[in-house]
Amino acid sequence: MRRPNVGRRGDLTVAVLVLLSATAAGAAGPAPGKVTPELIEAAKKEGKAIWYTAVDLPVAERIAKAFEAKYPGIEMRVERSGGERIFQRIGQEYASNIHAVDVVNSSDAAHFIVWKRDGILAPYVPEDVALHYPPEHKDPDGQFASWRVWLSVIGYNTRLVKPEEAPKSFADLLDPKWSGKIVKGHPGYSGTIMTATFQISRDLGWEYLEKLAKQKVMQVQSSADPPKKLALGERAIMADGNEYNLFQLKEKGEPVEIVYPAEGTPLIVGPSGVLKDAPHPNAARLLQSFLFSVQAQQLMVDSGGLRSMHALVKEKPGRKPLREIKVMKDDPAAVEKQADEIKARYSKYFKV
Amino acid sequence: MAPRALPWRARRDLSGAILAVFALALCLLVLLPIGWLVVFAFTGRGGGFTLANFRLLFSDAAFLEPLITTLTLAVSVGLVCCLVAAPLGWLVARTDMPLRRTVRFLIMASFVTPPFLGAIAWELLAAPNSGLLNQLHRASTGAGPDEVLFNVYTLHGLVLVVSCYTFPYVFVLVANALDRIPGELEDASAMLGASAFCTARRVTIPLALPALAAGALIAFLQALTLFGAPGILALPAGFHTMTTKIWSLFQYPPKPELAAAASLPLLVLTVLLLRAQSAILGRRGYTVVGGRSGPPRPVPLGVLRWPALALCLAVLSLPVFLPYLALLNAAFSRIPSQPLTVQTFTLDHLRFVFLELSATRLALKNTFLLGLAAATSGALLALVISYLTARAAIRGHRVLAFLATAPIAIPAIALGVGLFLAYTRGPVVLYGTLWILLLAYVTIELPAAYQQLQAAFRAVSPELEEASRILGASRLRTLRDVTAPLLGPSLIATWCFVFVAVVRELSAAAILFTSETKVLSVLIFDLNESGDLAAIAVLGLTMLILTSAVIAAANRVPGLGGGLRVRHY
Repeated sequence: MRRPNVGRRGDLTVAVLVLLSATAAGAAGPAPGKVTPELIEAAKKEGKAIWYTAVDLPVAERIAKAFEAKYPGIEMRVERSGGERIFQRIGQEYASNIHAVDVVNSSDAAHFIVWKRDGILAPYVPEDVALHYPPEHKDPDGQFASWRVWLSVIGYNTRLVKPEEAPKSFADLLDPKWSGKIVKGHPGYSGTIMTATFQISRDLGWEYLEKLAKQKVMQVQSSADPPKKLALGERAIMADGNEYNLFQLKEKGEPVEIVYPAEGTPLIVGPSGVLKDAPHPNAARLLQSFLFSVQAQQLMVDSGGLRSMHALVKEKPGRKPLREIKVMKDDPAAVEKQADEIKARYSKYFKV
Repeated sequence: MAPRALPWRARRDLSGAILAVFALALCLLVLLPIGWLVVFAFTGRGGGFTLANFRLLFSDAAFLEPLITTLTLAVSVGLVCCLVAAPLGWLVARTDMPLRRTVRFLIMASFVTPPFLGAIAWELLAAPNSGLLNQLHRASTGAGPDEVLFNVYTLHGLVLVVSCYTFPYVFVLVANALDRIPGELEDASAMLGASAFCTARRVTIPLALPALAAGALIAFLQALTLFGAPGILALPAGFHTMTTKIWSLFQYPPKPELAAAASLPLLVLTVLLLRAQSAILGRRGYTVVGGRSGPPRPVPLGVLRWPALALCLAVLSLPVFLPYLALLNAAFSRIPSQPLTVQTFTLDHLRFVFLELSATRLALKNTFLLGLAAATSGALLALVISYLTARAAIRGHRVLAFLATAPIAIPAIALGVGLFLAYTRGPVVLYGTLWILLLAYVTIELPAAYQQLQAAFRAVSPELEEASRILGASRLRTLRDVTAPLLGPSLIATWCFVFVAVVRELSAAAILFTSETKVLSVLIFDLNESGDLAAIAVLGLTMLILTSAVIAAANRVPGLGGGLRVRHY
């Protein structure tokens, strides 16, 4: 996700070597955080962990229940909303000195650039991240790492659209026959859609979105909603939305199908980080370690349909492996710079 | 008597002080958020006085279109509500239609339904493709897959849904007014030789007209300031109302100054309308409760009794029967758009909401705690203020009356922002606590509570209080021992009204909540944004069961009772 420049990469290699040899005191990144009995004890004393996340609610609650089962005595509260909403919420709460959140996961990696710059994240590298995550998926200063990766895809309802007639590309969505049949998410709510809108406007131009807006699109908020609207049969096609929700629905036997557009599929990265002023600092670190453990990552992949950057986690058979998919390049730094303009331009074309 | 006179007098002094405290609290409650709104509306991005916000507001199509949409919506809702509520009110209050009490009760059930929940239920019913009614229409007529009977994601759909959950306001006012018209007036008219039609035209309708006009105004204002239903139905259709526009201005990057400016036209419009209303109605006396009038005389409908009932039930199917069926279906069906059958039945959604969803318990607790607290403090505050104004008890009572009515003009979402601005900075920081939500709820519901009690005061003649005062009781003691018991049923009704309104409230809560102070309405709106309709159905039904239980309990308070069916004899 992060693309360090050359000088930075040198530092990073050293840091990774140091981390691997586990003698990290005083090096660029913090020492790997081990789940020690003392940490668990201290977390239990705090008794609670509050997780702001943008992942689809049932997935989030499943992870939370697994955490509570593994560490009885710690109650977990999930605060789920769209990535952009979470960003606004934390900004609003921190401006009033309310520090309610322990661990945060957004669907817009650009948010972590801002939070790191604002100095509200704590350096904490779970052992799994130190040992099993590729360098491009962790912050060199150890403040966050890629908790999950997924795609924003095109999808269709197989009862309403025959496979041979289904769109194969973003360009196909502009066909007049899809007018009034498309549903899509909103970049003002969803970090996924924000990231996807950035990549699509960069690679296909805003003209594409301007034309798409004329297709009488049903405008929903979350990127988790278009797949659900397909399953309801409310719309035949989704122009963007979570691949992972479609995996879940498809594997439950609902009539939905995924299309990886010919132009490339927007790649979304959702990092996770511990807040410096977390109200439950030990529970926060325990949760961050749990989130990156093989157990949580495999759960998120198997039942959630997400993709993991953990080296030991296996992709579920029957799903197209990530390396076989042509993806658009992600660029959180550019998203961070253009976010306000993207929202304004989007509202101009889509009216909401 | 002489030895007792002294302590009485001492208590009277205390009354003055306590009343002053109430007046001051009211000023703080109402003026602080409004003050912040006005300040922000005239503040530029970098600070300093400016009119730029208003210039943008009245020149940019992105603001003008929502303004026109909102006015269209509000006028349509006002008209629809009157057209529906007036005949229904008359049938229930003045005729021998069968099951009158049941119909009244069911209309109250539609009032207990939050508009945002109704809007979601109507998505399930009338989304163009997956809506159950549209599916049924296609299945029964063999129409093609693109054939749509009714599309709820339109301005028409929005008018229908908002009317469904606003017409009870008009209904209650009209039915109560008709209840109160003594039979003697109509008898007198008949004895003087007027026909039934003439009596209706010359006596009944003119006496009910003020209530209808007041109802139309309330419906108009409700539609003007409602956020939830437009947020759910207008955005997917690609249009904004003023409230959703204001709400969108608080998203990142927040533009509170524009939002404040956008809410001022609504404020001004409402103030003008309220003034017009009092100018028209205020001068005439409509006191018809003299104490010993006869009960209203039911008009025999003859063969039309059952068709009349059928009409009522048909109307009630829109806010009550159909939406609840859709919610029940969604709560137990694997996919909400599938009709419930043995194959599609599942308890997964129940399990998810009650065993997995970590916000459920917290939201339920917060909502009901706030409901009880706001209803109690709101009803008491409204009682004292309406006493002060109805009996002109202190100087400046007109100002109090204005302050107590003013919040009706502020869109709750803007009030939420005003409160947010007021209580996120010193000296008192309340953001992040339940207190700020309590303040918001009391402020928002004060006008309705005040008007209900004000009306009740008007119907109670002041002689009894004067007697109590002449005998030496202080104002507060008179209020407690004489007036409050007389107002018992109205007081309980007001309490229930505020409680229900708090459970329904979404707009201010959407701005003021934090993760620890989440309420049910916000949770449901969140779930709608991520498309978790089944979980909403389960939560919504739970909320309705609990709300009904609370109202039923409140109506069993010994010595009071009467509940939402406000009746004054």
